[in-house]
Amino acid sequence: MDLSIDLCGIKLPNPTILASGVLGVSRCSLARVASCGAGAVTTKSISLEPRSGHDNPCVVTYEAGMLNAMGYPNPGAEAAREEFAAVDQLPVPVIASAVGTEPEEFAAVAEILTALPFAATEIPVSCPHTPGFGLMGGHASTDAIRRITSLVRDKTKLPLFVKLPAGGPEVVDLAKAARDGGADGITAVNTIGPGMVINIEAARPVLGFKKGGVSGPALRPVAVRCVYDIYEAVDLPIIGVGGITTGRDAIEMMMAGARAVGIGSAVYYRGMDVFSEVCREIRTWMEDHGYESLTEIVGAAHQ
Amino acid sequence: MIGPRIEQPQLREITEVISEAPGVKTLVIRHSTAYKPGQFFMIWLPGVGEKPFSLSHHFEGEVGITVKERGPFTHALFSLTPGSAIGLRGPYGNGFSVVERSRRACVVAGGIGIVPLAALIDRLQQPLVIYGARSQDLLIFRNRFPEVSFATDDGSEGFHGSAVEAFRSLLDPKATDVVYTCGPEPMMRQVFDICEAHHLPCQAALERYIKCGIGICGQCCCDGYLVCRDGPVFSSSLLRQLSDFGRSARLRDGRVTTIEDYASWRES
Repeated sequence: MDLSIDLCGIKLPNPTILASGVLGVSRCSLARVASCGAGAVTTKSISLEPRSGHDNPCVVTYEAGMLNAMGYPNPGAEAAREEFAAVDQLPVPVIASAVGTEPEEFAAVAEILTALPFAATEIPVSCPHTPGFGLMGGHASTDAIRRITSLVRDKTKLPLFVKLPAGGPEVVDLAKAARDGGADGITAVNTIGPGMVINIEAARPVLGFKKGGVSGPALRPVAVRCVYDIYEAVDLPIIGVGGITTGRDAIEMMMAGARAVGIGSAVYYRGMDVFSEVCREIRTWMEDHGYESLTEIVGAAHQ
Repeated sequence: MIGPRIEQPQLREITEVISEAPGVKTLVIRHSTAYKPGQFFMIWLPGVGEKPFSLSHHFEGEVGITVKERGPFTHALFSLTPGSAIGLRGPYGNGFSVVERSRRACVVAGGIGIVPLAALIDRLQQPLVIYGARSQDLLIFRNRFPEVSFATDDGSEGFHGSAVEAFRSLLDPKATDVVYTCGPEPMMRQVFDICEAHHLPCQAALERYIKCGIGICGQCCCDGYLVCRDGPVFSSSLLRQLSDFGRSARLRDGRVTTIEDYASWRES
């Protein structure tokens, strides 16, 4: 069964996308994920200058998911120019994630990355655990999103996705702000929180940054609802991200309105083969339930 | 069915601290775990940080990590005394693969690279052990192995020269069926190249800057492979594919540098 999709003119062999922040350090790593069946892959977020990120521990899991506080470690835009010079040799589209503290930095990074053979650009305005960025940088208001999006829009001709935070009803307004700023699509959602896990024997938070974004199964119902709300409010393609671990999860997210699905934490739960496994599970489910095309599934829960 | 494990450090008591050499200590920790030599634990010092260490000792109810003092984290480890608590999560990674064979295993260690190999040697039948260090006083576990050939750069003990030179002169390819190595990466690269010339299978334990330890952040990538999850032990078929092996590695921010510059950064 054909699972290929069109996302803002980009052809994906299937709707699973490696979410930003997971594995996307190098071109080789992205190639490996592509070989494991992802329909597209996203780089780790690139800032203008190199960043070392937060101190370890940077990740901790609990009964219902995972917390991470990576803090945007990345080699910076100049090094990225070399690292990702030949990303078009990968068998699937590669999405560049560009991040900054100031709106102008987002634009400057996007401009540098646009010169590389990426298929699309994504800008996260929603990281919950890095000072100066996302929720800790004041990027997640309607005004900030509109401004950041429009500045980046001016610098890139690539399809532009804005990655929104998991939130309450206001997520709809954030999506509209991204659309008004010139976004071609919405990525929803980032990790939620921040949350905290305390080791009670040590009487200390486990994470080096103490707080971290919550992902995995705990996030999934929130992400599904955000995508559902955005789908009703904004006529842009949505990449649904948040706790997708199985084919059933992916179908649920697509029924909420996502055209494609981001996979991150599940790389831990199921290994890199999670992409081909989720696709296999989607196909099996569709066959068992009489669906012939993903277009029948996207938005199907809106009746 | 999916991901029942919870990756959180467990606090354990240090029962003994053994001084092995100048700047090298073994911390014995009360802990029960399954373990394959070459696997690693993320060791957590609350408020200080978390770093990967392989075990030098694995006994019933007790494990040992043997640590060379180099940065703030190992400095903090060195201040711990019996009764102190330390956090562990793991074990992670694949570990060395031990197969019963007809011929002999050869182990080539350089410097602190002896640590994971020591736990491996405990499980091998009469291996040939070649262990190099800069000088005699830096050789640890001296009486632990049944048969060992030392090599020192300054000639203060055993073979005068590097572990690689000792390996080249002592190796009997016809009597050997596998070579295990751990040490500075340029050394392991040379050991591997010698193995290739003799069509001998090799297993090398690689080191990269590890953040998550569980195969999700991607920071420890070596070509397309993750040292924390696909490694840290790589065997010949993968070593052949790794263009980074013995040549380049990534700094904490992900920038690529030469293996020599990476090593000096890790020593600082």
